[in-house]
Amino acid sequence: MSKLGNLGARLYRGEVGYDFVGKRKIWYAVSILITITAIVGLAVRGLNMGIEFEGGAVFNTPKTSASVAKAEESAEKASGHDAIVQKLGDDKLRIQIAGVDINKSDQIKKSLATDLDVKAEDIDADLVGPSWGEQIANKAWQGLAIFMILVVIYLAIAFEWRMAIAALIALIHDITITVGVYALVGFEVTPGTVIGLLTILGYSLYDTVVVFDSLKEQSKDITKQTGHTYSELANKSINGTLVRSINTTVVALLPVAGLLFIGGGVLGAGMLNDISLSLFVGLAAGAYSSIFIATPLVADFKEREPQMKALKKRVLAKRAAAAAKGESAEAPERGAAEPDDGEDGPEDAAAAVVGPRTQPASRNRGRGRPSGKRR
Amino acid sequence: MAAPKKGRRQSAPGKPGRSLVFILIALVALTGGMFLSGHTTPRLGIDLAGGTSITLEAKNEPGQKNAINPTNMNTAVDIINNRVNGLGVSEAEVQTQGDKNIIVNIPKGTNEKQAREQVGTTAQLFFRPVITQAPGAPTPQPSDSASTGADKDKDKGKKDEKDKATDKATSPTSTPTSQGRAVSDALKADPTPPASDKAKDGKKDPTPSADPATAKLQEKFTKLDCTDKRARVAAGQGVKPSEPTVACGKSPDGKSWDKFVLGPAEVNGKDVDKAQATINQNAGGAWVVNMTFTKGGAKKFAKVTSKLSQQQPPQNQFAIVLDGDVVSAPSVNSTLSTNAEISGSFTQDSAKDLANVLSYGALPLTFHEQSVTTVSPALGGEQLKAGLIAGAIGLALVIIYLVVYYRGLSLIAIASLLVSAALTYAIMTLLGPTIKFALNLPAVCGAIVAIGITADSFIVFFERVRDEVREGRTLRPAVERAWPRARRTILVSDFVSFLAAAVLFVVTVGKVQGFAFTLGLTTLLDVVVVFFFTKPLMTLMARKKFFANGHKWSGLDPKRLGAKPPLRRSRSASAAPVDPKEA
Repeated sequence: MSKLGNLGARLYRGEVGYDFVGKRKIWYAVSILITITAIVGLAVRGLNMGIEFEGGAVFNTPKTSASVAKAEESAEKASGHDAIVQKLGDDKLRIQIAGVDINKSDQIKKSLATDLDVKAEDIDADLVGPSWGEQIANKAWQGLAIFMILVVIYLAIAFEWRMAIAALIALIHDITITVGVYALVGFEVTPGTVIGLLTILGYSLYDTVVVFDSLKEQSKDITKQTGHTYSELANKSINGTLVRSINTTVVALLPVAGLLFIGGGVLGAGMLNDISLSLFVGLAAGAYSSIFIATPLVADFKEREPQMKALKKRVLAKRAAAAAKGESAEAPERGAAEPDDGEDGPEDAAAAVVGPRTQPASRNRGRGRPSGKRR
Repeated sequence: MAAPKKGRRQSAPGKPGRSLVFILIALVALTGGMFLSGHTTPRLGIDLAGGTSITLEAKNEPGQKNAINPTNMNTAVDIINNRVNGLGVSEAEVQTQGDKNIIVNIPKGTNEKQAREQVGTTAQLFFRPVITQAPGAPTPQPSDSASTGADKDKDKGKKDEKDKATDKATSPTSTPTSQGRAVSDALKADPTPPASDKAKDGKKDPTPSADPATAKLQEKFTKLDCTDKRARVAAGQGVKPSEPTVACGKSPDGKSWDKFVLGPAEVNGKDVDKAQATINQNAGGAWVVNMTFTKGGAKKFAKVTSKLSQQQPPQNQFAIVLDGDVVSAPSVNSTLSTNAEISGSFTQDSAKDLANVLSYGALPLTFHEQSVTTVSPALGGEQLKAGLIAGAIGLALVIIYLVVYYRGLSLIAIASLLVSAALTYAIMTLLGPTIKFALNLPAVCGAIVAIGITADSFIVFFERVRDEVREGRTLRPAVERAWPRARRTILVSDFVSFLAAAVLFVVTVGKVQGFAFTLGLTTLLDVVVVFFFTKPLMTLMARKKFFANGHKWSGLDPKRLGAKPPLRRSRSASAAPVDPKEA
């Protein structure tokens, strides 16, 4: 903790920093690799769709002494379909039967109750027609599409279109990763999963927006200075908000983890578990993407602008000139590809960011006081 | 982190006390409202309280492409609602969801099987001749009317003159206060034919007929109390269309109840081809319902009306009976066949309702069960418990993290989280009775996830304040400078969250919707709490010595935060020796 706090200060001043943007090619490659894995996993293994999407019945029995094998046999006999029986904690059974007609369920329930020696009223049944899950899924996709369009419009207005596109790509990336994990690990996809996935939308963007907000602020007068290229500023934004990002992600993950491990642990399986699992995977992916994908992408897009290209040229030229003069203090060794400014005095960074310094004297005077008071 | 232009963004410190008082009042008001309304816990959904939840999906019938529309969906909801709640189910609720789904939630302890049967089946619509009619309360004097009805309306029960006289005006069309929905054709002027008198007189018989079934019916009629809901339902239950029955119906003024003895069904809902609410210009622009019968229906209807039109009131009426309830009992004064017009004191809405009922026989749409979930109270309680435990642990973890990392500042965060939780709880509780919001499992998840979202806002704000302190500012200006920028970040990111929730709420169905609702609500509350509670509290706290002087437990110790050291060209070496114990 203590290291982290101190790190926060150093990150803030740019004393330390990881070159996220400069090494973006690595991250892109990692992401592309993950995405390909996810797609392959999806194509090869497919998603393990729950009963809610396939149609069928899920029965949860109360405590019973009956064995899994017996329950399976009983369920198959009663329904004429294959049954999957899982043992939940506490000697409860969860019996899934695919392809059962809704109307047949009462009869199955009754025969299960007799065979397993439990009361029929105590068996919980979840019966789903085959088209219901499809409808939920379709609606969810529809919601996803509408949300993406709206959010791109909003981000384009609040920030700019490049950021909107980058955020969208990061978002799609998060969803792909989450879906990929589901395909590869074989977790069951239920409406709870869909809920979790959809929540990631807002959350992943939340993180991204915090970084973008800082980037927007930093790059306001970018063309009026020659100290930094856009990429460097982007990197500084990431590093500056890194503590925030870590904190917000940790704080978001904690309740979800509680939900996943405690909620799920008590009940074995169920909606709590489904939602929190996809949230957990998605939140982690979201934190990753806002740092490693979204912001570097913005930098990439931006640097294609002629204005930014010109700026980069100016910055590099200035640095080259400075290097030639041997003024290493004024223009530290910070190439575009090497913006790690560990050696740099923090003051330069701040000054460079806002461009022409507005009130340098007063600021320094204020800082000069040991008390920290300005006046 | 860049130094912004000074002065521009600086917002006035404002009056923090005022905001705090405001939110306190809001909190007290909500809590007060909670106790006043008598609801101190949120309504629980089926998955937490136990019960059965049935999801129905409307299906398009061939030839009726646009049948799935909001009007028909609402009619269907009303009908299903009457039916389910008619079973004596307490608080069963029927709601539309999305554009073509209806959710029926039946709490535990009701006859779920029967409810399921009722929900799915199409309602029964019959046209039965009226034999006797009386106000809905139990008749104090023995009513002497009786009818076997075995041979249709040939047997006339004697009408109870006392009740009837007031009830039935001679001219059916002109008496909106009575049973005045009259079926008329062009022949409205034709008064009740006296011909019916002989039939009536001929059978006038104060003693009930010997037929035991008739006697039973008579007794039932006498006892029937239409003001009692259960009695109303019981009256219509298990009656075969071919048998006479007793039934209740709202009187035309819509306030009181009338009861009827009805003959066997003559025409049923399937015989109606379509019905439409229209304005009859001839009758002074009044709302009427036009019915068209199918070929077979027209024949039957002609036969009935020719008979009925010969009768005296009330026996010249036919009752339109839906699921055992008399929807309307227009009188007939001429023989009708293919087309019929029902007139009376209709409003546009009531005419449309009746037309809907008539044209669809019952449910305006065909429904298919999409999912049925039965949860025993035991499992529901367990799920709720697990959710609450998970929530509590999540909250505890967040608090621990905040305390360790932010120290004194975490007090503000925790207080804000508590206010946020209290507001959420109160609003959810109040939304139960007002918009029928029910806390279900996804909603619980939404609330737990919201802990993170709410805490995020504080982190954004606190980090900004700390950044300002690192710039070398003292706390009070640091807070005021940090706020506008943190505010923007919070608003932008909360807006994105809210957008996601709103889109999901509007577009999706089922469990996803409950989740989206909670998420949207808590996102809004987050903004409210941060603006009206966290920020003002922070402003107040910044005046306290503990925080302002950067006590080492305040979380704002400039030294620990690595505030800028005095010298301009300081290197990291001089900035970094900061005590590494900063949390």
